[in-house]
Amino acid sequence: MMFTAKIKIMPKPGVLDPQGKAVMHSLETLGFKGIDETRIGKFIEIKLDAASKNAAMETATSMCQSLLANQVIETFEVEIS
Amino acid sequence: MKAAVIVFPGSNSDHDAFYTLNGVLGQPTEYVWHKDRRDLKDFDLVVLPGGFSYGDYLRTGAIARFAPVMQDVVEFAKFGGTVFGICNGFQILTECGLLPGALLRNRHLKFVGKKVAIRVENTDTRFTNTCAMHEVLINPIAHGDGNYFADAGTIGKLEDSGRVLFRYCTESGEITDEANPNGSINNIAGILNDKGNVAGMMPHPERCSDPLLGANDGIKIFHSLLESIAVES
Repeated sequence: MMFTAKIKIMPKPGVLDPQGKAVMHSLETLGFKGIDETRIGKFIEIKLDAASKNAAMETATSMCQSLLANQVIETFEVEIS
Repeated sequence: MKAAVIVFPGSNSDHDAFYTLNGVLGQPTEYVWHKDRRDLKDFDLVVLPGGFSYGDYLRTGAIARFAPVMQDVVEFAKFGGTVFGICNGFQILTECGLLPGALLRNRHLKFVGKKVAIRVENTDTRFTNTCAMHEVLINPIAHGDGNYFADAGTIGKLEDSGRVLFRYCTESGEITDEANPNGSINNIAGILNDKGNVAGMMPHPERCSDPLLGANDGIKIFHSLLESIAVES
């Protein structure tokens, strides 16, 4: 069966995110108020063939652990649909 | 000293490293292509050069880490072989776990290409034994992702065991925030693994190892390698 893995990768809390900071300053310059924090991550969509939803989840998680995310600095969340 | 320079698609400092090892120091040196599987045991030194391997896609060094030859580099390091990662080479070494931590985007988000001063923090290593303690070396940097990060526990371990090799400093050797070009924790410019055989640094000693280039400080690191490898063999 074909599944779509939607993978969200974010910098870990406490890891400096200069991109997020720069974007937050720009938003503030534009006049947006009340922004507490802006963090920028990555979103990856993978279409894959797997025997079941669980198997797809397992594969996508393994992909994140080995390549897609660097767990020293990033966290990841996988959603299968 | 027999040296291998690994070449990835997007390496751009491989020729500088080769020239330093072979042209300046007169050591037998070979390029090793990233797709080749090679028993590296014949070599005394493996250099992972600077550049933008695989276009820095996903994260710097993330894809290069899975190049076929990297299995041989990891094996070589496991058995105590000397591995030296420069700039992108340092990023690859952290991605493949031979060195702890990671290199984040520079804190000011800009690519920085300039000469910086770095201070030698430990001279009892294969990479720095011909330097003086706290000697200041002028080396060029050229990177967008050189901001060294590791969790507090890892930084503590590196600091306590003398595994910080170099720190960004002023020309007189002071460690200040202004002298830190990228936001690295504790001004860290280069580190060593726990066994002392794998090192990585963001500055480019291979680009300042010939007086013709107007800067010669980098040669001390290559002289150190030559010295330590001569002692071993």
